Amino acid sequence: MSQHSLLTGTQHETRGAPEARPVPLKRRASWAWVGVVPFFVFALLFLLLPTGFLFVGSFQDSLGRFTLDNYPKLFRTLVLEAYWRSIRISFVTALGGGVFGFLLAYAVIMGGLPRFVRSALMTFSGVASNFAGVPLAFAFIATIGQAGLLTLWIKDLFNVNIYDKSVGFTLYSFWGLSLVYMYFQFPLMVLIISPAIDGLRREWREASENLGATPWQYWRYVALPILLPSLLGTMILLFGNAFGAQATAFALTGGTYNLVTILIGAQIRGDVLRDPGLGYTLAVGMVIIMAICIGGYTWLQRWTEKWLR
Amino acid sequence: MKSNTFWAWLIVVLGILYFFVPLLATLEFSLRAGRPDHFFSLVAYEKALKDPAFLKSMTLSVEIAVFTIIVTLLIIVPTAYWVHLRLPRLRPVVEFVTLMPFVVPAVVLVFGLIRIYSRPPLAFTYYTWSTNLLLVCAYSVLSFPYMYRAVDTGLRAIDVRTLTEAAQSLGASWATILLRIIFPNLRVALLSGAFLTFAIVVGEFTIAVFLARPTFGPYMSLQIQNKAYEPAALSIISFALTWASMGIIQWVGHRAPGQVQVGGAR
Repeated sequence: MSQHSLLTGTQHETRGAPEARPVPLKRRASWAWVGVVPFFVFALLFLLLPTGFLFVGSFQDSLGRFTLDNYPKLFRTLVLEAYWRSIRISFVTALGGGVFGFLLAYAVIMGGLPRFVRSALMTFSGVASNFAGVPLAFAFIATIGQAGLLTLWIKDLFNVNIYDKSVGFTLYSFWGLSLVYMYFQFPLMVLIISPAIDGLRREWREASENLGATPWQYWRYVALPILLPSLLGTMILLFGNAFGAQATAFALTGGTYNLVTILIGAQIRGDVLRDPGLGYTLAVGMVIIMAICIGGYTWLQRWTEKWLR
Repeated sequence: MKSNTFWAWLIVVLGILYFFVPLLATLEFSLRAGRPDHFFSLVAYEKALKDPAFLKSMTLSVEIAVFTIIVTLLIIVPTAYWVHLRLPRLRPVVEFVTLMPFVVPAVVLVFGLIRIYSRPPLAFTYYTWSTNLLLVCAYSVLSFPYMYRAVDTGLRAIDVRTLTEAAQSLGASWATILLRIIFPNLRVALLSGAFLTFAIVVGEFTIAVFLARPTFGPYMSLQIQNKAYEPAALSIISFALTWASMGIIQWVGHRAPGQVQVGGAR
């Protein structure tokens, strides 16, 4: 099961066993809701209440009185910078990871490669999209950090130190971090977009070829319009995926790189601004952006499924 | 068609490079720890594994992962079963709640948890055991989406109603039905959900570090800041664990490739 089906939940509805109907026992049915109480209590205690607490807290001052003063704090330079950076890094890696992941999935499914390449790619993608956080950060330090393998090779081969001022590369910068994020972004794209590419029927291509369409016309007027909602939706999901990431950036920069997740972390530790009100509003802003991403993804995915039945 | 295949191979090779170069660099780095004249040395692994703190953090992570899996199974399986059988109208609500961890990033969730559970009347963070409990609960919430989806898919593939009615007419109690009929029939789904949860929990960093529990994630982060070669060895070990979990999921599932589950602690 991929995250694709994970998030929409509609993919399986046409298959499998018929939907279970309620057992027609009126006497017991009135107590049936008791069976789901543990689940809802647990979710309430450890998911809804904590999130709700932050939401309520964002409208309170330090004495617990109602206030709207916390929200203007979002427009401080440091906060705006964090949001803007998080948004840019999520956008760049969603776009880059999305395009590369799509090309990779398309090459493997449609490119006439042997079948084993496809199953290997899917396995790698499953592993790579789960390989994030601290070990991923270190893997990139070992690769193109100051003394990384690739850095040394480039120095030996081309006599160029990429950490020189003239090149200006550093792993602990915007592009460095983007490069690291791409490692879990493009495999996720491969996993989610593959079913959509599989859904492109051979008949559509043959039909358009028979009608004299060039490959470009097939792409422009048939394949792309069908794939577009899926492509967009998955890239939005990738955006959210990068936006909520904290561990990788923290492990890489030790919390010095100003992203929203890092800034929230600093509020928790209380080591920078010591302002819980700001922390709450940061968290609420983050949840809103994530909700838009997941909502947009789900909506576009439903749209796609109308076509790819 | 020839040129098409060429481009396809080119992209695949690029993908393979992106995937493997960081791993190979880490592996190479981890083998460099010995004396300079020795290219190949396992000293870093030896040191990393011999560190008592490593064993401690790994044990704690595995324990927490096991408890998380148990808690998640005990909550999700009966709920999904019950919703299937009796309350299909509640399904969208349950689905929505299980998807919420995608909307609430780990750093936000732990922020809320600390705010609520670090003061009376629910001062979980005062003691080590209750902080561990809080960690298990937080991880259970994180694994809800994966576990619920896995169980839900499993339930759709079997005829829950007929099985339940057959068991009932033979005089089985609800506990017997769940433990001896439903759980065994969902074996594959439960195992893949469990191993995905394992992979997520063992490497998780954000929640553990803010709850100040010395699990494997925070331990590794500390090593990166203070040591050179050991973290490379730890990264390779962590990667092997992820790979093993994913491998087991595919192996137990005998599924078509590509149906790998996605999760992780970013």
